Amino acid sequence: MSRNLILGACLSSLVVLAALISFVWTPYDHAALDIPAKLQPPDAQHWFGTDHFGRDMFSMIMVGARTSIAVALVAVGIGMALGVPLGLTAAARKGSWLDELIMRGNDLVFAFPSLVIAILITAVFGAGAINAIIAIGIFNIPVFARITRGAALSLWEREFIMAARVAGKGAARISAEHILPNVANLLIVQGTIQFSLGILAEAGLSYVGLGAQPPTPSWGRMLADAQTMVGIAPHLALIPGFAIILTVLGLNLMGDGLRDWLDPRIRVARA
Amino acid sequence: MGQPMYRAFASALAVSASLFATQGWAQSDITIAMQLEPPHLDPTSAAAQAIDSVVYANVFEGLTRFMGDGSIVPGLAESWEISDDGKVYTFKLHEGVTFHDGTAMDAEDVKFSLDRARAEDSANAQKALFAGIEAVEVVDPLTVKVTLSEPDGNFLFNMAWGDAVIVAPESIENIKTNPVGTGAYKFGEWVQGDKIVLERNPDYWGEQPALEMATFKFISDPTAAFAAVMAEDVDVFTGFPAPENLPQFEADPRFQVLVGSTEGETILSTNNKQPPFDDVRVRQALAHAIDRQAIIDGAMFGYGTPIGTHFAPHHPAYVDLTGNSAYDPEKAKALLAEAGFADGFETTLHLPPPSYARRGGEIIAAQLAEVGIKAEIINVEWAQWLESVFKGKDFGLTIVSHTEPMDIGIYARPDYYFQYDKPEFQALMETLTKTTDPDERNKLLGDAQRMIAEDYVNGFLFQLAALSVAKAGVQGLWVNAPTAATDLSAITWAE
Repeated sequence: MSRNLILGACLSSLVVLAALISFVWTPYDHAALDIPAKLQPPDAQHWFGTDHFGRDMFSMIMVGARTSIAVALVAVGIGMALGVPLGLTAAARKGSWLDELIMRGNDLVFAFPSLVIAILITAVFGAGAINAIIAIGIFNIPVFARITRGAALSLWEREFIMAARVAGKGAARISAEHILPNVANLLIVQGTIQFSLGILAEAGLSYVGLGAQPPTPSWGRMLADAQTMVGIAPHLALIPGFAIILTVLGLNLMGDGLRDWLDPRIRVARA
Repeated sequence: MGQPMYRAFASALAVSASLFATQGWAQSDITIAMQLEPPHLDPTSAAAQAIDSVVYANVFEGLTRFMGDGSIVPGLAESWEISDDGKVYTFKLHEGVTFHDGTAMDAEDVKFSLDRARAEDSANAQKALFAGIEAVEVVDPLTVKVTLSEPDGNFLFNMAWGDAVIVAPESIENIKTNPVGTGAYKFGEWVQGDKIVLERNPDYWGEQPALEMATFKFISDPTAAFAAVMAEDVDVFTGFPAPENLPQFEADPRFQVLVGSTEGETILSTNNKQPPFDDVRVRQALAHAIDRQAIIDGAMFGYGTPIGTHFAPHHPAYVDLTGNSAYDPEKAKALLAEAGFADGFETTLHLPPPSYARRGGEIIAAQLAEVGIKAEIINVEWAQWLESVFKGKDFGLTIVSHTEPMDIGIYARPDYYFQYDKPEFQALMETLTKTTDPDERNKLLGDAQRMIAEDYVNGFLFQLAALSVAKAGVQGLWVNAPTAATDLSAITWAE
């Protein structure tokens, strides 16, 4: 296991842990206002200080992690659930009109700047966590479809697939029983990377006010709220900023590490 | 031949040079920033305050006008006489007043402007100001006679509004993009999305103002507003959108911070026709669930005066009714239980963009949650707010600042968006309109304030503060905002 993988896994699990713990415990109620105690810098009582309404920043970051993870996780789930079958189908019917249709459709979605379309979707269907999830999820579909198709195509040429065909298995069964397990590693690595992009996208949407709506805490909105107060209370911007950076960094390191660890070629070389 | 001419020119130069030497290089232009850009420049056909912020008293003038202290003084009317029955106002106009296009301003223009504003198909946003006018007659070019159907103690005040400025039939067609008025400044250029430039009118009938040119810049983003002032890109920012930044400007010797009062009653507007808000006990519970000081401190960083009714605290007729709706969550819960909502209820809270609404809304939602009312926050843009809340009346609660001066009369309009329908109040407003005696008027205004406070029509939050930041050398800025305006003629630069 590489150092990257360990460091990345530690950072990521820290965030996940914070999110999980927030379900049962936070130092303070994250939504409780205490206006007289606003804008306090970090100290023993409030580890991350308080925001402009006197809410405990530590509790908000913990609950905010929940929002970020939930949105990114479901969005990646949507991408995988739809993208992987599409990719498998395209690979199995390589060169057919179905392959063309799926891949050109993917190109179409890819051609749009993802955040702009996400803004369009949330603007049309209303701001909120659910619509943010859908918007981010849509852009994960082609990512997974392409990766799956690319990897599956080369697998279709391999002997063990030939053997399966000779044995009389249909394309659908081969895809499910032989191709999918062999692309799983790749999907896990890509999933990790997409997960970090999802967290960034959620923060971006919340920052422009189209993500999770108040009073649900969200790192992106915490940043937006802090914007005019950077001069008087820098911790308001620094803390959610660092939370986003560390999470994305952790996931990326983990993705890289996982790829090295799981990649069969490197694994063989190492052995 | 050219010799004496040249000499005259040279001596003129010398004179002006010595003038400059004694006066110093006083700056003759100014850049004033504000948050909202006007949709167009006709103050007589839109409610947008941003229009008046640019053109009121600068480009357009009315028969009377507001001063910075809220008093009403003569404008284009030099003087007036009021008949004994209070129904006939005879205005004597200033002589030699011309519009920026060179045409003369006379009684015909006054008649045109008033008739246009009160016409059946008028687009005026404040038609009520002109509702009492029965007839406008031109006596001679400098005299105009306005006959009212009933005596109206407010008539001179009404005529001072930006909606009642005098316009010319010759230039009315393009008024929205090329406003032609009688003011000390004429319209220069408008770069959409960026700025409007006004230039001094050399033919102005009154005293020539000090500034030759003024640029109005529109900066909607609070962070950009802060940066623009800090970088000294703008000389003045009126209606500064981020109160949390003001202490930084106060501590900086380059700037001055002006804190005054606006006419903006900031209220938690309640849809009086939508259940459960049609029950006065529910509205009273709302009022007691709200901690005003927390909202002022949290949303406005302490700037703002608590109000207990829809009336400006700086007005002599103001009655302090904040005690009537003091913060008392227990009482709120009891009232809700009495009204059959012991477990609370769900509603919507529509929030337009200004920070008083967005931040105030988050605080109010949290305060309402404490007594069991779950208010779902819906952030909306202004256009959407006007469409669905103001026109569509599709809302439970909303937060907005009513910035028109003396606007308690909106409670007499049952079709107004919060839909308060009480014949007693409507009768009271009618009596008020017919009353001219100041003491009697103040007494009636007090009764009106009490009536809406005791009916808990809306959640009365605070009077919006007028917050401006300016470079230290700018003098003569209005501290208070009795009406939306940026009176350029009063502004000078310290040497």
